[in-house]
This record gives sequence, structure tokens and C-alpha cells, in this order.
Amino acid sequence: MNDLLQTFAPLPPASILYLGAILTIVISHKLRATTLLLTVVLSAINLSLFPAEFSTQSTIMGMELTPTRIDRLSILFGYLFHLAAFIGVIYALHQRDKLQDLAALSYAASAVGAVFSGDLLTLFIYWELLALTSTLLVFTRRTDRSAKAGMRYLCFQVGSGVLLLAGAISYINAGHSLDFNHIGLESPGGVLILIAFGIKSAFPMLHSWLTDAYPESTPIGTVFLTAFTTKVAIYALARGFAGTELLIYIGAIMACFPIFYAVIENDLRRVLAYSLINQLGFMVVGIGIGSELAINGTVAHAFNDVIFKGLLMMSMGAVLQVTGEIRGSELGGLYQKMPKTAWLCMIGAASISAFPLFSGFVSKSIIVTAVMTEGYTVIWLALLFASAGVFHHAGIKIPFFAFFYKPSKFVESAHEPPNNMLIAMTIAAVLCITIGCFPQLLYAHLPYELDYSAYDASHVLAQLQLLAFSALAFTWLKLAHIYPPELRSANLDIEWLYRRLLPRWAKVFSDKVQFIRTRYSQLINRKCRSLISLLATHHGSHGLMARTWPTGSMVLAVAVLLGLTLTMYYF
Amino acid sequence: MSLVDHLPILIIIIPLIAAPLCVLFDSAKASWLLALAACISSFIGSIKLLNTITLSGPISYSLGGWQPPWGIEYRLDLLSIILLLLLTSIASLVVLFARYSVEQEISKNRIVPFYATLLLAIAGLSGICISGDVFNLFVFLEISSIASYTLISLGKDRRALNAAFKYLVMGTIGATFILIGIGFLYMQTGTLNMQDLSERLPSLYDNRTIRAGFAFLTVGVCLKLALFPLHLWLPNAYAYAPSVVSAFLAATATKVAVYMLLRFLLTVFDFNFSLNTMPLDVILIALGSVAIVSSSLVAIFQVNLKRLLAYSSIAQLGYISLSIGLASKLGIASAIIHLFNHALMKGALFLALGAMIYKVGGAELKHCQGMLKRMPLTSLAIIIGGLSLIGIPGTAGFISKWSMINASLEAGLWPLALLILFGSLLAIIYVWKMVEAITLQPSTSTATAPLTRDEAPLTMLVPIWALVIANIYYGINTELTVSLAQRAANILVGGY
Repeated sequence: MNDLLQTFAPLPPASILYLGAILTIVISHKLRATTLLLTVVLSAINLSLFPAEFSTQSTIMGMELTPTRIDRLSILFGYLFHLAAFIGVIYALHQRDKLQDLAALSYAASAVGAVFSGDLLTLFIYWELLALTSTLLVFTRRTDRSAKAGMRYLCFQVGSGVLLLAGAISYINAGHSLDFNHIGLESPGGVLILIAFGIKSAFPMLHSWLTDAYPESTPIGTVFLTAFTTKVAIYALARGFAGTELLIYIGAIMACFPIFYAVIENDLRRVLAYSLINQLGFMVVGIGIGSELAINGTVAHAFNDVIFKGLLMMSMGAVLQVTGEIRGSELGGLYQKMPKTAWLCMIGAASISAFPLFSGFVSKSIIVTAVMTEGYTVIWLALLFASAGVFHHAGIKIPFFAFFYKPSKFVESAHEPPNNMLIAMTIAAVLCITIGCFPQLLYAHLPYELDYSAYDASHVLAQLQLLAFSALAFTWLKLAHIYPPELRSANLDIEWLYRRLLPRWAKVFSDKVQFIRTRYSQLINRKCRSLISLLATHHGSHGLMARTWPTGSMVLAVAVLLGLTLTMYYF
Repeated sequence: MSLVDHLPILIIIIPLIAAPLCVLFDSAKASWLLALAACISSFIGSIKLLNTITLSGPISYSLGGWQPPWGIEYRLDLLSIILLLLLTSIASLVVLFARYSVEQEISKNRIVPFYATLLLAIAGLSGICISGDVFNLFVFLEISSIASYTLISLGKDRRALNAAFKYLVMGTIGATFILIGIGFLYMQTGTLNMQDLSERLPSLYDNRTIRAGFAFLTVGVCLKLALFPLHLWLPNAYAYAPSVVSAFLAATATKVAVYMLLRFLLTVFDFNFSLNTMPLDVILIALGSVAIVSSSLVAIFQVNLKRLLAYSSIAQLGYISLSIGLASKLGIASAIIHLFNHALMKGALFLALGAMIYKVGGAELKHCQGMLKRMPLTSLAIIIGGLSLIGIPGTAGFISKWSMINASLEAGLWPLALLILFGSLLAIIYVWKMVEAITLQPSTSTATAPLTRDEAPLTMLVPIWALVIANIYYGINTELTVSLAQRAANILVGGY
């Protein structure tokens, strides 16, 4: 047996997942569950057979490629993606949908392939495969809305791939090697590659594909989508642009701006999509700092984020699955019928809000500490604000509107989701708490040696203060506005904060944005139209450029060109 | 001397002799067979020559045993043989395709003269590629040009006559310019042999007569090559000519013109003079860029697919002249690569349109509605040819675009790389127009085009698919094209 393994294993890391993806189309539904689970498990075992440092070379079209490169940074992402795929597959077991199985497994395979690609060209190929397979996942909801959102999503993703290719070509031509190592912003190619990575990691202004498409997929599809694309991008940034100062500021903006949107958003899965961007912001800041501590924090946070964001998405997916509704305004009171889901959701909420003893705390605090050590006080404050914001929208809003608040019309018919969903969520929840309580389990596998303890007095106190003062802020707002005459109905609640005050501010802000947007989009629209009609008059079938010219004018053109060249050659 | 040593002349003689034989036989089928046999034997001959040249370097053949520079020399190097191979293979496929298409598109009494003229055109074009003597080159140019005017005028559409006449006027001006240029060179050096010229010219580079000759030569050749703004004769000529002729001319005639340009610039004159001392590189880049953008835009608005492809050809010639203008080995090599690949894709597309015209009766957008159901193989050929035209990875077009982008980045001109990408974007639009009509739009004219499968005959499908497969093959296996083109470019830039 061992010899057999020696001969055939280890296979390229992504190959077993791709194979399994293809198998899902042909197998009968009786074997489906076994195939799905076995594929992921076998692939993980295959991965564990690789030595700690490993790379393969091959030459194609005269270029030295490194299809597989394994080191401490990539291996953790590799295992993480297998873990996410495993949880996701369990979560998907109850639903028979061959297209979805195919898309989900090949999507996971592409993510695994991407983190293990050792050169820019291989990365590009997996980058595009990620785009295609994830678009399929958006399409699997099979509604008109999801089809349209999927097309918009595809445009962004393919755009990112094209930029990556263009950047890579220019980068290689500037005399760099094809290998995917630190890139930096010194060459124009590096800038293009950063933008390509930036699109996939949802940089501000480039993020709209995420909040647009993720919530439009199926309950299962969204769980997969949340796990892979953005984390591949984080890995790529950490590999190529660690220590790029620009990223610190971009990350800080990413951590802060989604909070406003998340607070006013009604679709709870979209709220989670915004909070995903917010968490990515923390990681991007960590990459921007670039110290060993910060990179460790980033990787650890990416690891935890996949699990707790997955858990939240799964719980919201369960709500959507059971009720067919995901708008916060329509839901409520589901705790009566779905207590298990509610508890699991709250574990996820506690993790994302970084309560001590939950996973978010042990990784986020590393990044925050790294920011402080490097002396970026303003950024540190921004991150504190972002942490408080997370607590508001993801920690309170999600569970509150879905499971508590006033009972909705769905309460009567609601029930716990299928067992496989509960099992998947439980695995994620157990991981959240385990990592939260025993962070050394995670720390031991980070890219660099880490001498760090999350549970010293200062960290715990700081975090508790943050959470406590957040709560205090609520209380104060509540007390200050409890008597205004317009709120006599006396059912004043925390939702006021979400639905009135912040929305009002946000509305003023977004009205401004909207105003500018409509104006400019009209302007651009008009300009485009006039450009096209101008082109049509000149290049259309009877236009200047396409007309059949009389011989005289052709000869004139010849004469002019001859005169021109003669003059140029003489002088 | 064995027969093999006479191969350079045989390649020209075979079609040249076959042409009058066609007229003597005076039977459509016999002339088709004869033409096919002539083309295929030329093709086999050129493969044989390719082997000799790759193994033992350029071949020099003295016509009639007169030693150069007194006699006429035929000289074959890598560039010549690449062109010759392209020319003879495309000619064989086109003639194979021609049988039914010609029966339908050309009136009965003109079919025999058609094959005779086609053979003359082939002989003329091969002669240009082989000749090592500038005046002899001019003679072959005239043979091929006059033959092509005739071929175009055979089109059924009455506008074909007008188009052929305009091409005749313009082509004659181009040829005259080339002759004037050659005359100037002869006046100053007293020789017509290319090698002799290349030895004597460098000391005369400051001479005004030589410079004027250079100007006449470049403008004349650029007219033949349909470089923007000298391209105006081309769209109508391609659109109204019989389908076979469009395919043949699009795939070979302009390519041979590019060959002449390279030959004059790099062999007769030298790389440094043509592209560094003279500002020709700037001219080629500027005009090439305008050609890419403007002609692609025009192509987007076309309704007649033959015209659409004609404008796209002008854009592709823009790419080629731009690559030459980059004035580097890589640029010249990518020009040669694109020259080869473009012949493959345009050949496939024009032939597929020919099959469509044969079955549906026209090449307008409305004719290809519902084509996918009617002629699935032809439709698929158009789609793959279109993808290659855009430059999708896995097709020959990608290799050309890739090496052109590489060449422009190597020259430090990244805006040109963006321009090439932008050109591909425009190509997506006009190719999509065809693909959409073929695959998505239902057939409107149900009365004339019933929705039953009605595929073109095998003698049409074989050449179309041979070219389509070549498009894919050279997109994956780049050994032959890229390495040959690079070697040819090295030889050209480094001197004869």
C-alpha cells in the first residue's frame, strides 16, 4: 500500500478535486454523497503527502513554469480550502443538483490550484478557472436576477484575469522572472497585477461584484463563494505585495466603508457580503504592514474568516432554505422554531465580533497589535471603529432580525433545517470555539514563527472595553431618544439605530453619491451615444471611410503619400 | 544536374505551362484536374525545397546556366520558402474548392479561361518569391497583377468589372512606381541582381536618386500591400470577385506584397538604412495603427460579410506593417508569423463564405441567419476562423498577437501593445456579429432557405477544414511557424 502511494502520490494538488468534479456528472445519486465527501478527503490526504517545501518545474513554449509550489504560506491556504470544501459539501448533501456539485468542486479545485501555482502564467490560468466556475455557482440559482448578476460578476472576474495577464506579460518583459514571488509596485506590470488582485479582493470601488452577486446565488452556492475567491486574492496579495504601504490605507478604507452599507442593507446575506469586505480590509492592512507578525495575523484571520463567515452564511442560507425569505424586514422570531440554527448563528456572530474565547479574537488582535507596533495610530483607530461596526451589523443585526424581534409570518411554518446543514454548521461552530480557546493550534501552522499570546490582560481588556463601550453607546442613544414625541408608540428598539438614524445619515450621503452618479452616467451615456453615431457617420457602410472612392481620389492619396515620404527621406 | 536541382524553376514552370494546356483541353473538368495537379506538384516541390534549405542554407539557381550578375538568378532563402509553401498549399486547397463554386458563380464559357488565369496568377506570385533579380521580380509582379485583375472581373456582380478596373488603375500605378524605383537603382548601380545591389548600395545611401528610388519602391509596394490610406481598391475587389478568387487573393496576394516589402527593405537595402536612417519605421507604425483602428471600425458596420472580411484584412495588414515598423528582429519575426497565420484564417473564412454563397446564395448577414442548423460544419468553420481572427488562445491568431505584443513591449512601446489589444476587442465585435447571426438568429427567409440540413459538398468541406485544423494546429504547435519565422528574421536583419 505504501509503495503504491509512493508511485502515484502525491498527485498535483488540484487534480483529485477536478476529477471528483467530473465524476459528479456521471455517477448516480446513490453514490453522490460518498463521492463528494471522498473526493475532498482523498484530496486532503494527497496534499498531506507532499513534503513541507516542494516544487515541480516544466517547460512549455519555451517558458519555465512551476505548476506546483508548496511552502508554509500556501500549504495553510491549501488545507483551509479543503476544510471549507468539506464543510460546504456536507452542507450541500441534501440537494441534488449536478451543475451545482460540478461547479462547487471545480471551484474549490481552482482555488487550490491557484494557491499552489508557482508562476504567474499558471496563476493566470487558475485565476480564470476560478472566475468561470464561480460564475456557474451564481447561475445555479436559475433565476433571472441571478443570471444578470452572474453576467456582471463574470465581467469583473474576467476583467481581473485580463489585467493579470497583461500585467504578467509586461512584468516579465521588464526582465523579471516568471516566478510568482514578491512583485511590488516598481514596474508598471506590478501595478496592473495589483489591480487584478485588487478586483478579486474587493478593493473599494472595485468591490461591487461581491455584494452584487454573492447574495444572488443559492444558499449553498453562496457558502462556497464566500470561502474561496477573496481568500485566493488575499493569498496572492500576501505573496506578491507584502509590505506595500499603499495597501494599509486601502485596507483601512475597506474595513470602514462597508459598515455604513451593511447597516442600511435589508438583505441579510448582502449584509454578510459587506461584512466580508470589512474583514478583508483587516487582512489587507496586515499585508500592507508586511511584518512577520502582520502576515501571520493576516493568514490566521483569513483562516478564521472562512470558517466564521461560512458559519454565518450557512445559518442565513438555512433561514432562506426554510422560509424562502432573507429580507430582515420580513423575518423575525424564528428562534421559537429554529433554536439550534439561532445558537449556531450566534456563535458565528460572536466570532466575527471578536469576543474573547471565539476565533475572530485570536487573529484580529494580531493584526491590530502589528498595526500598533508599526506606529500607525490613525489606522489603528480606524480598525477599532471597524471592529465596533462589525459588532453592530454582523454581531447584533443578523441574529436579531432573523431570530428575535417581532415574530413574522414565517414562524408558524418554520422548522430546523435538514440534519446535514446542522452538522456542517456545528463543525464550523466547534472550530470557531476550539480555535478561540486554544489559539496555539492555529498559531503553530502559520507561515512564520509566532511568539504571541492573544490572552494577555491588555488584549482581552481592550477588546472587552471596545465591546462594552459599544453596548454603552447603544444604551446612551436609547436613553437620549426615549422621550421624543414622534416615538410615542414606545416600541423604541435597537432597530431604530439601524433603520432610522444611520440610514438617514447614509441616505443623505448616498443621495449625494446617487446624484453625482446619475448625472455622470447620463453624461457618459450621452457621450457614448454621440461617439457611436459619429463613428457610424464616418465608418458606417456609407461613411467616409467605407465609401467606394473614385479612382482620382485614390491616386491623390498615392501622390500625397509619395510626396510625404520623399520629403521625409530627403531631410 | 538532376531534376531536383531544377526545382526552383519547375515550381514556376509547372503552372505556367499548365495554363495554356487548360485552354487547349477546353473542358471545365479537365482544366480543374490539371490545375489541381499543377498546384499539388508545386506544393510537393516546395516541401522538398524547404527540407533542402533548412538543412543546407539558401539555394541559388542561375537561369539558363548564365551566371549572375549577368544572367537572372533565382534565389531561395527561408523567407522565400515560407511564402512559397504558403502560396502553393493555399493554391492547392483553393483549386480543390473551386470546382462547384466556380460552376455556380462564373458563366460556363469562362470557366476554362478562369483556371488558366488562376494558374498564371499562381505562377506570377511564386515567381516573385523566388526571383533574386529585381527586374525579373517586376515582370512576375505584372504577370500576377494582370491575372488578378482578370480574375476579379469574372465576378457575377456587375460591380466586379468596375472594381477590377479600379484595381487595374491603382495596381498599375503601384507597379509603375516599383519600376521607376528599380530604374533609379539601376541608373546608379548598373545592376539588377539583388545581391549585387545590396553590395553596391551602402556607399550610395546619401545619393538623392537612391533615396527617391527608395521612396518610389516603398510607396509602390505599400499600394500593393493595401496599407492605409492606399487600401481603397481592396474592399470592392475582394467583395465582388468570385468567392474562390477572394479567398485566394486574400490569403496570398497581399502576403506576397508584404514579402516584397521585406525583400526590398532588408535584402536590397539593409535593416539600418531602411528602418533606422530612413523614417520608414515611423510611417509604418503610424499608418499601421490607423489601419488597425479605422478598418476594424468600418468592418463592424459592414453588412456584407465579404466586405467585412476585406476590411478586417486591411486591419491585419496594419498589424503586419506595424510589426515591421518596430524595427527589431522580434518585430520582423512576428510580422512573418502573422503573415502566415493570417493567410490561414482568412483563407478558411473566405472559403467558408464561398461554401455559404454556394448553398444560400449570398454573403450578407441576413443570409447566415439559421446557418448553424443548415450547414453545421461550415458554420463551425466560420466560428473557429473568427476566434482565430480575434486571437483566442489555442488558435493561430493568439500566437501572432502574443508575439506582436511581445515585440512592441520589447521595443518599449507599450501604447502599441494596448492598441493591438484594442484591435482585438474590435475584432470581437465584428466576429460576434457573424457568430450571432449564424447561431442565434432564426432563419427569416424560410421560403428560400428551408431549415433542413444542407451541407456543402465534400470538395468544399475538405479545404475549409484543412485550413481550420491548420489554424488550431499552429495555435498549439508553434515549433514550425515561430522558429522558422525567427530564423528567417535573423537572416534578414543580419544581411543576406
